[in-house]
Amino acid sequence: MTTVTATRRTFGQLLRSIQIPPVYFFLLAIFLVGGILDLVFSDGQIFSNPAIRLNILVRSVALGIVAVGQTLVIIGASIDLSVAYVVSITAVMSSFVMQGDPNNIPMAILVVVGIGIVIGLVNGLIITKLHVNAFITTLGTSLILKGIINATFSNYSGSVPRSFEYFGYGRLGPIPVSVIILLLVVVGGWFLLSRTKFGAHLYGVGGNAEVARLSGLRTDRVLIGAHILCSLTAVLTGLFIVSRLRSGAPWVGPDGFYDLESIATTVVGGTLLSGGKGGVWGTLAGVMIFSVLDTTFNQLGVNPYLTIVLRGAIIVLAVASYTFRSKQEAA
Amino acid sequence: MATTTVPTQENVSRVLRSIWAVIKKIPPVYPVFFVLFAAVVYLSPTYSTMNGIMAFMRRTSPLAILAIGEMIVLATGGFDLSIGSIVTMVVLGSSLLLNNDPANALPAIGIMLGIGIAIGLVNGLVVSYLKVPSFIATLGMMLLARGGALYWVGGAPKGYFTDNWRMFGRGYIENVPVFERFPIGLIILIVIGLLSWYIFHRTNYGKQVLAIGDNVRAARLSGVRVRLVRVLAFVLSAVFAVIGGVMIGGYGGVNVTIGEGLEMQAIAACVVGGVLLGGGRGSVLNVIFGAYTLEIIFSLLNLLGLPKPYKDAVQGLIIIGAVAYVALSSRKKR
Repeated sequence: MTTVTATRRTFGQLLRSIQIPPVYFFLLAIFLVGGILDLVFSDGQIFSNPAIRLNILVRSVALGIVAVGQTLVIIGASIDLSVAYVVSITAVMSSFVMQGDPNNIPMAILVVVGIGIVIGLVNGLIITKLHVNAFITTLGTSLILKGIINATFSNYSGSVPRSFEYFGYGRLGPIPVSVIILLLVVVGGWFLLSRTKFGAHLYGVGGNAEVARLSGLRTDRVLIGAHILCSLTAVLTGLFIVSRLRSGAPWVGPDGFYDLESIATTVVGGTLLSGGKGGVWGTLAGVMIFSVLDTTFNQLGVNPYLTIVLRGAIIVLAVASYTFRSKQEAA
Repeated sequence: MATTTVPTQENVSRVLRSIWAVIKKIPPVYPVFFVLFAAVVYLSPTYSTMNGIMAFMRRTSPLAILAIGEMIVLATGGFDLSIGSIVTMVVLGSSLLLNNDPANALPAIGIMLGIGIAIGLVNGLVVSYLKVPSFIATLGMMLLARGGALYWVGGAPKGYFTDNWRMFGRGYIENVPVFERFPIGLIILIVIGLLSWYIFHRTNYGKQVLAIGDNVRAARLSGVRVRLVRVLAFVLSAVFAVIGGVMIGGYGGVNVTIGEGLEMQAIAACVVGGVLLGGGRGSVLNVIFGAYTLEIIFSLLNLLGLPKPYKDAVQGLIIIGAVAYVALSSRKKR
């Protein structure tokens, strides 16, 4: 009798210690459904094509990098709606500074990283020091950035040198460089969240800012740090996009819907929108769900508007599957 | 005895203080609006004529109606990000349903209201029963409604709006005393405004909305049917978005991107009108003036000859500033 409960307990502990985010179940389901549709409608030519498999990964890179940053911010019970225009500003500014000359690459990266840090700092300061709601703050800064960038640039400007395209198109053996960078960012985010003091503090601030403050955390600094990191991931996404497009335009960020999609993939990945709980591995799966969906449906020739509808439905259903048993009221 | 009637310095300062107390109670959106309005009148004489004012009212009415609906949801502590897509859906769908025949206008509006109620119901039920945060639930609905509408019309606008439909957005009642011409849009806004003012400020429902936004647990324990109140808030918001969409279509014509970003503008109008994100506060009249303030800023920037990009930047500054002002002044009181 006791042994039975004991083994049951250890089995339960084992399961709990692995802690696979439930979103991987959805990812698997999407793969299976995609695979079945693939077999039925195009004789399995989609998933057996290595180019398409690669495309799924590369599609995940742009959204995936910035979604890691968004995950940090959301775990801190904040939100960042300004990332789309940070992506745009990075894309435009870096190609404008580079002007096709490899010698300008360090300068361009320095400029956009500086811009990213400043934007993240401003967001964080307004939220923590002026006590403006994060949604409003970053909606405001995103409008300000939108205004500045549309007033300064109206089209593709400048270009990136061939050597910089290595980021977007290069390969290390069979694996694209961009995918390696995405994985590095995800691992970095995981390390930061689960192995450093900053991560522990961020969970504390997101779980209950008042308790965190009373137990001696400098909550403001933690949140400002998270916002700076989030802006920097948006900068990295911008650099990836410009290396693929070869030139930056003001609309690349908003056209990719990086603001709302990074939030959606984070929450689909299992991070609580109200903060304090979640992680980057779930977010990665959330991002992959969308790229698998987009790629398969695109290959099958499904009406693109139906894909948008399906995206909306998947966001709601996935999040509902985590929340519907919760006793807490949602707002 | 006689000294009491003489206004001593103390008496004067007391009177001044009580006047100041009254002034302090005026929500900041009114002085801000009237200062900006004065600036616009100074720059362009058109705005000092009754005709100019009525044209401004006509242009602003749809946003004000959207903002009132958004306010009800914000007051419960939620978000409604789907209203911009609802506007797109109404414009695209009804131009298709109209089929260039004015007689189809009423049935089309009826169908749109029906779809709107269904969207609001789904939003509210998903939030209340599946406990999905409204930000995510309405974000999903935003994609669903936009994708659905574009799929419905086949990706490109079909047809145009008939004259009787355009009346909702562009029409005037001519030869009205004092006002000269009275925009139909403003009449719709007044009707919606009075109705929602009554619902929000004079019925139990309004108090329950604010109670939920303030403290869900306390509201539930004191017998508020939280789920019902919340579902109704989303339905009202969606229905107001349909009405706003009918007017926006009548004013602007058929366009695939016509509703894009309107949810953010409506939220901004609410915030300028003193609504707190997170719930518990809201006033119909203040929010209407929040929408007016936003539009008068656009007019002002237009008159100053600034190109559109600067409008976005200034709008961003204004909404951050408005909320920072409210946040800092309410912290001082504590």
